[in-house]
Amino acid sequence: MADGSSGKWLAGTVAAAIILLGAGIWLVTAGGGATTAGTLPDDLVPIIGQPETEADREALDPEAEELWARFVSRPDGPPRISTGLTDELGREVSVSCASCHANMDPNPRIRSADDLADFHHGLAYDHGNMSCLSCHNADNYNTLRLADGSAVDYPDVQHMCSQCHAPEARDFARGVHGGMTGYWDRTRGPQTQKSCIDCHDPHKPAFPRMTPDFKPRDRFLEPH
Amino acid sequence: MSDEKQDRTVSLPVLGDMDRRTAMKGVGAALGLGAFAAAASPLTRLGEQTSVAEFMQRHYKELTDEDKQTIFARLETETKQQYGADVTIRDHQPIPGVRYGYAINLSLCNGNGKCMEACHRENNHDRATNESYIRVFEMPKGTFDFEHGSTTFDHDVPQDDKYYMPVQCLQCDNPPCVDVCPVEATWQEEDGIVVVDYNWCIGCRYCQAACPYHARRFNWQKPEIPADEVNPDQSYLANRIRPQGAVEKCHFCLHRTREGRQPACLEACPTGARIFGNLLDPDSEIRWVLANKRCFVLKEDLGTKPTLFYFFD
Repeated sequence: MADGSSGKWLAGTVAAAIILLGAGIWLVTAGGGATTAGTLPDDLVPIIGQPETEADREALDPEAEELWARFVSRPDGPPRISTGLTDELGREVSVSCASCHANMDPNPRIRSADDLADFHHGLAYDHGNMSCLSCHNADNYNTLRLADGSAVDYPDVQHMCSQCHAPEARDFARGVHGGMTGYWDRTRGPQTQKSCIDCHDPHKPAFPRMTPDFKPRDRFLEPH
Repeated sequence: MSDEKQDRTVSLPVLGDMDRRTAMKGVGAALGLGAFAAAASPLTRLGEQTSVAEFMQRHYKELTDEDKQTIFARLETETKQQYGADVTIRDHQPIPGVRYGYAINLSLCNGNGKCMEACHRENNHDRATNESYIRVFEMPKGTFDFEHGSTTFDHDVPQDDKYYMPVQCLQCDNPPCVDVCPVEATWQEEDGIVVVDYNWCIGCRYCQAACPYHARRFNWQKPEIPADEVNPDQSYLANRIRPQGAVEKCHFCLHRTREGRQPACLEACPTGARIFGNLLDPDSEIRWVLANKRCFVLKEDLGTKPTLFYFFD
């Protein structure tokens, strides 16, 4: 009798532990948390719910039964501007944005590089009728600026693009825009989705024309 | 009378005293042996092109696991001998609860043809012909009539007055190619992929004639591939190097997709126009596309029920 009750107690403890462990794994893998799109499951909201740091990514247990993550590629951080000079080892010398902009007054009326007397010449711009400071943050040139004035880091640029490009952002969140690589089946492995600027030049976002360089050559396809 | 009788019994000069009945038996036997030798002559020539083991190989569906191991080992050895490449041929089975669906966003596709090239490399196609399971059609806007399309366009893309439509096997749920095969060398698997047992195919090409989408290809010649370009990750029903005289087709990269990975053409697409997934999973990307985009299939009126969809958005 004593053996039986202790056995039940043990079973109950084990069951509780399993439930707690499962909930823990769910919490970890669900990640992110704060979503604004309440109707979407967390794992389909990469714009908001993506792991932002390496530590967050490592916390995603690859052995767990839950779905693997869909990662958004994170482009490099703040751009560096080439000075056209090389150092003693022949490496290109580049400077951060703040190197120059710390000493300059921001001008919100500048709409393309053509408006500038110096710097940024040759930058192709064809992206609506916006000012440089629509996207670049005059308070901290190492970040970008959302419409509400808050800063966003360069690698998370999709947050900013999504402000205007809602249909693309919706498709992106569903994994239908932004070209997948990896696994279609996220019970087996992760997916990686491209970031906006992996395909679109942010200053000239129309997808560039391409030259096809591969053609099948079977005899029925010869022009006739 | 006696003279006539003597004439009848006179023996043929070459056969000595043999009577005519015995002689005819001999002639018949010789003709029979000759006919048998002629009929069996393909067997004597077999060694030049194919091994006895290959000739005697049974249909894929009748093979036991041991049979498959033997056959795959033989095919790997032959690939090493003929192409100088070390390959692994596996037997990917359908994932239970999965039916594959594919969708192509024609608003994004710009006809660059990277999908064709990726297919060419992934699936060990003949290098000389640049063969591929995909054809990208340049189509005038306003029509789906492929008579007006071109696969040989040679200029920058996209052209303003054109749209671009990649066509490959649509993995029909009612595949006419399967119906016409006289030897059942092609069939639909449980996950919807229509496959070919390249060794069972007799090369009659009925399936090519039956397919309304020009999705099947015939190996007129033995594929030529440099050893260092052979994709070693192979599957029996998928991308192993096909023999001359067999028909082949897109298999949704089943050697990848049955491991949960994306097809090669999807990963190669620089425009992100392709979406792949499980039609039976209500949370999958492909289901969201079908529910939220205006999808259509090619030649719907034929009743082939393709599982590859197209949409504009």
